Amino acid sequence: MIGFRAALAATTMLGGLSVASATDLEVTHWWTSGGEAAAVAVFADAFNKTGHNWVDGAIAGGGNARPIIISRISGGDPMGATQLNTGRDAEELVKAGLMTDLTEIAERDGWADFIRPAKLLDSCRYEGRIYCVPVNIHSFQWMWLNRGVFEDNGLEIPKNWNEFVAAAPALREKGVIPLAVGGEAWQINGMAGVFQVALGGVELFRKINVDRDLEAAAGPQMTQVFEAIGTARGMVDDGFVGRAWNDAANMVITGKAGAQIMGDWAQGEFSVAGQKAGEDYDCLPGLGVYPVLDTGGDAFYFPKPADDNPEVVAAQLEMASLLVSKEVQVDFNLKKGSLPIRGDIDLSAANDCMQKGIKILENPDNILPGGEQSWSSDTTGQMEDLWVEFFNDPDMPVEEAQARYVEIIENAD
Amino acid sequence: MTNEPFGPRPRRMLDPGRIILYSVLIVAAIYYLLPLYIMVMTSMKGMPEIRLGNIFSPPVEVTFEPWVKAWDTACTGLYCEGLKVGFWNSMQILIPSVIISIVIASVNGYALSFWRFRGSEVFFTILIFGSFIPYQVMLYPLVIITRELGIFGSLTGIIFIHTIFGMPILTLLFRNYFASLPMELFKAARVDGAGFWGIFLKILVPMSPPIFVVAIILQVTGIWNDFLFGVIFAGTKNFPMTVQLNNIVNSTQGVKEYNVNMAATILTGAVPLLIYFISGKLFVRGIAAGAVKG
Amino acid sequence: MADDAKPNPYFKNLNAKVAAMPMIFTTLVVFVGCSLWTVIYSFSASRSLPVNEFVGFAQYDRLFNTSRWNKSVENIAIYGVVSLCFSLVVGFVLAALMDQKIRFENTFRTIYLYPFALSFIVTGLVWQWILNPTLGLQKAVRDMGWESFSFDLISHRDTVIYALLIAGIWQGTGFVMALMLAGLRGVDDDIWKAARVDGIPKWKTYLFVVIPMMRGVFVTTLVIIASGIVRLYDLVVALTKGGPGIASEVPAKYVYDFMFERGNVGQALAASTVMLTTVLIILIPWVYLEYGQKKRV
Repeated sequence: MIGFRAALAATTMLGGLSVASATDLEVTHWWTSGGEAAAVAVFADAFNKTGHNWVDGAIAGGGNARPIIISRISGGDPMGATQLNTGRDAEELVKAGLMTDLTEIAERDGWADFIRPAKLLDSCRYEGRIYCVPVNIHSFQWMWLNRGVFEDNGLEIPKNWNEFVAAAPALREKGVIPLAVGGEAWQINGMAGVFQVALGGVELFRKINVDRDLEAAAGPQMTQVFEAIGTARGMVDDGFVGRAWNDAANMVITGKAGAQIMGDWAQGEFSVAGQKAGEDYDCLPGLGVYPVLDTGGDAFYFPKPADDNPEVVAAQLEMASLLVSKEVQVDFNLKKGSLPIRGDIDLSAANDCMQKGIKILENPDNILPGGEQSWSSDTTGQMEDLWVEFFNDPDMPVEEAQARYVEIIENAD
Repeated sequence: MTNEPFGPRPRRMLDPGRIILYSVLIVAAIYYLLPLYIMVMTSMKGMPEIRLGNIFSPPVEVTFEPWVKAWDTACTGLYCEGLKVGFWNSMQILIPSVIISIVIASVNGYALSFWRFRGSEVFFTILIFGSFIPYQVMLYPLVIITRELGIFGSLTGIIFIHTIFGMPILTLLFRNYFASLPMELFKAARVDGAGFWGIFLKILVPMSPPIFVVAIILQVTGIWNDFLFGVIFAGTKNFPMTVQLNNIVNSTQGVKEYNVNMAATILTGAVPLLIYFISGKLFVRGIAAGAVKG
Repeated sequence: MADDAKPNPYFKNLNAKVAAMPMIFTTLVVFVGCSLWTVIYSFSASRSLPVNEFVGFAQYDRLFNTSRWNKSVENIAIYGVVSLCFSLVVGFVLAALMDQKIRFENTFRTIYLYPFALSFIVTGLVWQWILNPTLGLQKAVRDMGWESFSFDLISHRDTVIYALLIAGIWQGTGFVMALMLAGLRGVDDDIWKAARVDGIPKWKTYLFVVIPMMRGVFVTTLVIIASGIVRLYDLVVALTKGGPGIASEVPAKYVYDFMFERGNVGQALAASTVMLTTVLIILIPWVYLEYGQKKRV
């Protein structure tokens, strides 16, 4: 219970206020799928054990939740804590002085020493102060395969994208949808990012997402990425319009589809369904071509309470400290399927796929920045629009799409 | 059909015009009923049956499990309390919102049709214009307004919002209805010395049940089904039922439970549906009685 | 301007003004105020929160060069015209049929009306299911043996708009029918008698006598339908999420997405301003017709 003591210390430090008494903190988030809900429960239990009370404010769908969260904070009805993507949205709320400053607790607990990659903490920093807690690392760079689908149909289990492409027609013949996709734009956009790495390597990804290199964006490797999305288009079913990612994951779990390109959160669904990595399903980081990971992730923010109520602030700091504590990090990430934000914990309980991920993270060269660190949500949105339009329009020439892509990068912020 | 007598109930049922008439009505009815049929059927099937069967076939084994689950135990996030919590919240929002918005709008309509003052038509026009503004556009400024009024995130806040957004259409309805009443009534009352409120309460309101029924139908439907305003302005304690519905429907835990979703859907729609079933009769009877119109 | 229309011009009308205070507040503060706020900040570089950094027409420049916005406009135009015509025609025809002293009128009316009682979340969910080729109607018919049957409007970018229309009309026409029916019931029986005596065919009576008499009902209906079209959002989100691709995007969704998901309030407000302006352009001739020429009675 390092966290608890630290929080107490912080409380006293922040003005010698009363010892933290039981406080209700409402926590808003959009983690409502099976694996996600199980992971949230870890947080809630840990927090409740400190004598406080986690009031769950789940709202399904980030698109529904974000406006509510932002308008409630700016409307003067702040929740105790909230999941929020780091980046511009949050930054402006921080700038407006609406978030509780976590620097004291972060320094006390030494977040900077153990949070890795360090970039995650940087995205919580504003003018040297810390305003959020990264709670996990998510990477989109995964493909999930149902082993049974391949074995039962006498096919070799693909070890990389190209083998998968080769096996797709055979799957189709057996009445299996080769690739499960959902209808939401971010899913397609994420897939495109995965292809960027798988086909162009780390170099292409860095050139575009870090250096914003227009030549690379217009180059032949990027053309291949567009073509690969075109190929993927031919592997999906007709019913994907409006489908959620976890419903697509479920198609892989139940064997309706062969594979899905989706972030590691999909693994939460596999484990809720009682499936075992390496036995029932397989995972290919970087599509089996370049096993690297981008490092997006979730973060928690703590909006300033209405009247700067010191008891609420104390409870907020306590929760912040708790979320990154060793024990909670292990349990939470095992449930969520994501990787912990600290490397100094024992994850022997992790399954094959997570072990793969941990191993990849050990080498800093394998770590790519996550989307929200590279682009504003506005730019990401433009990319989503482009990818989803291209994905759905076989008549759209690759040159035209790529030209638009270059234009987006050129104007990106 | 053109020679169809406009009179009492037809004597011959096999009149070709009548056959066409009923055929059209029945075909239309099938189109309208199909989704309800699927919802009800699905809500009474077990998951294996849904996975294997087709959506149109009736359940082989009828089960009410999904209904119980939707009402009582369906999960959103950490809580597994189903829809029941939201039901009472929705009621708390619905009843005052409907009453207040209708009272205000009916007075507006009355003032606009019998007591026009300088600029009243301008306000009315702006009001109609307001009904075309997408809600999403108004969210930001409204958050600011309600915050300044100190009612953001409260029951009062959400009632305020529903009153504002109900006003354009309701005012239009009342104004049109009152405008169709004979001016002589009004003049006679004035001669008898009745004032603004006297005429409204003693003469117009008693003459207007049909339009009040229409207004109630509109408001109950709109407010009960509202998601966006409820979730932002009502505050967490008062989340309406639609928020729970959205959570249940859009948050799949594992397999998508269509049967629970459908049951939850029907349960959420039950209140406005009930209002329709009950007041549908009143609606037409009232208007038929109000022969003054036209 | 309206003073000459009311019976007692000498009366000060104080009560009426007091009674109209909520309306005056709503129109001035909420509708006018919010619209002005929208227009002003559409010229700003606001991101997640509104800021006073003005950038001229930059947001508009970008807006009109965004294929998603252009597609949204095209979609709302198609959806608007088709659904307006369909709702009015179908609503009126159903009402006229219901007005033929039919049996089971209550049952039919309830059947046509009930979809209006359901929220768009519900409508979207059910229709998404029926229209989904791998789950719904197409699968059901194919399972019955008609293998080549195809009903996949929702999966193709050139037909998805009709999928929206099917669901939208399903939900909306019942209410139009109810309003029309109310209007028809308000028409005096004597008119029908007179028309019959004169030997005027029924359809002509409807077209040239009854419909002109129902002007108020039509105006109300038109406002209700049209404002619903401009605001079309929930149904799209529930049914297609704008897909496939951007094929079923609509302006209100563009506004919402940019305002909240993409943290670009300036862009969202530019889109809103275009929507508001369009509505104004459509409404002004109507206002002119309604109030400009004649006063009632």
